[in-house]
Amino acid sequence: MNDLNLTLTCHGTQIGYPPVRFLLIEDNTRLAKAITDRLALDGHAVDHSQTLSAARASISVADYDLILLDIMLPDGDGRDFLSEHRQARKRTPVIVLTARSEVSDRVGLLDLGADDYITKPFDFSELEARCRAVLRRQGGSAANQKAYADTILDSTAGTLTTGAGTEALRNRELRLAEVFYAAPGQIFSKTHLMDRLFSFTDDVSENAIEVYVGRLRKKLAQSSVRIETVRGLGYRMTSEQ
Amino acid sequence: MTNHSPHTSIRRRLVIQLAVVAAILSLAFFLIVRVIAERAAEVTQDDILAASATAIADALYADRDQVGLDLPYSAISMLGTISQDRVFYRVAVAGQTLTGYEDLKTPERDLTGTEAAFATFPYRGENVRAATVLRPVSLGNQPVAVTVTVAQTQRGLAAISSRITAIATAIAVGFFFLATALSLLTAQSALAPLDRMTQAVARRGPNDLRPVDTDTPTELIPLVEALNKFISRLGTSLSRSEDLIAEAAHRVRTPLATVRAQAEITHHRLKKPEHRQAIREMIRAIDESSRSAGQLLDHAMVTFRADSLEGSNLDLAELLNETCDRLAPTADLKDIEIAREIATGPLDFKGDRILLQNALRNILDNAIKYSLPDTQITVSAQRNGEFRLSVLDQGRGFGDTDIANLTGRFSRGSNVADIVGSGLGLTIADEVARSHGGRLEISRNKEGRGACVTLVLPTS
Repeated sequence: MNDLNLTLTCHGTQIGYPPVRFLLIEDNTRLAKAITDRLALDGHAVDHSQTLSAARASISVADYDLILLDIMLPDGDGRDFLSEHRQARKRTPVIVLTARSEVSDRVGLLDLGADDYITKPFDFSELEARCRAVLRRQGGSAANQKAYADTILDSTAGTLTTGAGTEALRNRELRLAEVFYAAPGQIFSKTHLMDRLFSFTDDVSENAIEVYVGRLRKKLAQSSVRIETVRGLGYRMTSEQ
Repeated sequence: MTNHSPHTSIRRRLVIQLAVVAAILSLAFFLIVRVIAERAAEVTQDDILAASATAIADALYADRDQVGLDLPYSAISMLGTISQDRVFYRVAVAGQTLTGYEDLKTPERDLTGTEAAFATFPYRGENVRAATVLRPVSLGNQPVAVTVTVAQTQRGLAAISSRITAIATAIAVGFFFLATALSLLTAQSALAPLDRMTQAVARRGPNDLRPVDTDTPTELIPLVEALNKFISRLGTSLSRSEDLIAEAAHRVRTPLATVRAQAEITHHRLKKPEHRQAIREMIRAIDESSRSAGQLLDHAMVTFRADSLEGSNLDLAELLNETCDRLAPTADLKDIEIAREIATGPLDFKGDRILLQNALRNILDNAIKYSLPDTQITVSAQRNGEFRLSVLDQGRGFGDTDIANLTGRFSRGSNVADIVGSGLGLTIADEVARSHGGRLEISRNKEGRGACVTLVLPTS
């Protein structure tokens, strides 16, 4: 029915945010393919529906964490789907991908029950940030908690729990921690970490990453978890236990 | 827009024309009343004069070879009924005065039969009206012509005439004012359908493009039909341009989104730093073009909406909170904290929600864009004589840019060449502020680095 992209395993090293199961409703196949591939790079699963009827069929058989909805679709208006979805009291959050002028569109979208919207073309780090915000509003689940040694990282709440207590992480610290907690012991290059933390429009040197690694180290100080510098290669997370 | 020259006012023309007609009719009425009344007074005097002369003539008798007369005083006294006029008489036998005023000479006149002849002439310093009766008296067998003339001054007549003139004047003036007042009412009622139609059109909001539907008199139907056709054409053209803007955005943004996503994927796969740098440049260019396209379309829409501003009641505090919520994830990406100092009570304002949201979003978006990571942006809203919605950042500020020019189209600070931007953000915010009777204040952050942009709006 839909080409399911469960690419979690092949991109295991790329995981940042805990995998999210997306339903993408977008009629432009090229764009849909690009979005699917890009989200898959981060380890997310994406089902793609080209039409509203296909989307209705998909949500009737599968549970999604998030719906990405285009507005102009061949068999109807995405806004109709949105109001239907809200009337059926479905909890799955919807982020609208709009290509229209923000001036004319946005109020109607939020009034119809969209949780957020993003204007095409979009920065995937912004999309991720919005997804994170929307999912956080919905409340977390145990699946978004990762334990390592004597620490627990809660991606949804954005907190790190160590022996010294639970501390809130700032956005970049959280994103950095997610990379390490997804694959403890694995070495991540500075370049890889840069890609996770900075957007394409940020002009920063590779040394900027040291600042954030330093902050994370400080927050992990009261635990057995260490972030080691591997000379010439990058960083990795290990435990003294 | 509207030409108020007196020549084009139907009401004024109608009233003036009706007033002129009323004036002419009043004058004619006055003249006619005066002529008829004076004529009647004259006829009355003539009748009395004739009766008096006839009465004297009737008292003539033949006494042997002389004509005798027993002057009946009633004949004279009946003249006294009119007024204090002086009365003269003369009875002449074959031209010789028998009795009376010898110098009372009637102008030569053919006297025939028993009909009295009348004349007006000056006598003893006054105009007199005279009636002359010819009466043949037989002296022996020879008839002798005796003329009896009775004359009277015209003071009484003049008094009557001036009384009549006064009354006629009063009536004519009254008629004139009444007729003018009526003509005003007539003009009012004749133009009432036009006024109703004007109000029906003027009362509607700027985006109300329904056809005009009022009770229309036959004469105005072609005008209303033409107006309705125009309204429908305008509606079509407006919705077409809105559709066009939406369609243009869709056509431009969808392929850009594809390219951007593919570029990000490629960026992940490439290993060589120079290749990665090339892709980064590509993504920046895409962001720049999509941002410019978006802001140009937004600017077009803002200009369009500002021209036909339709206000609704809204809460500025709520609006600002929504904007902060909306941009919080973007700020979060750079670990920028948005501190809110927004008044708790509602800040009630009447304005265009979409425009104000757009302005606030542009201001806050600018602040996030130009702020360094790990800094704070302070958003505040106060009511202090006027509404002041401020966004204060700790970013790079404006360098040595001339702040006054920043709201010009495509104008950007001199120190921001490395950041993607179109130079339209503050222009949009400024236009929105001005269309709501407010202004945009841009200043350097007093606490050192950074900028402070304030949207100032009037309280009611």
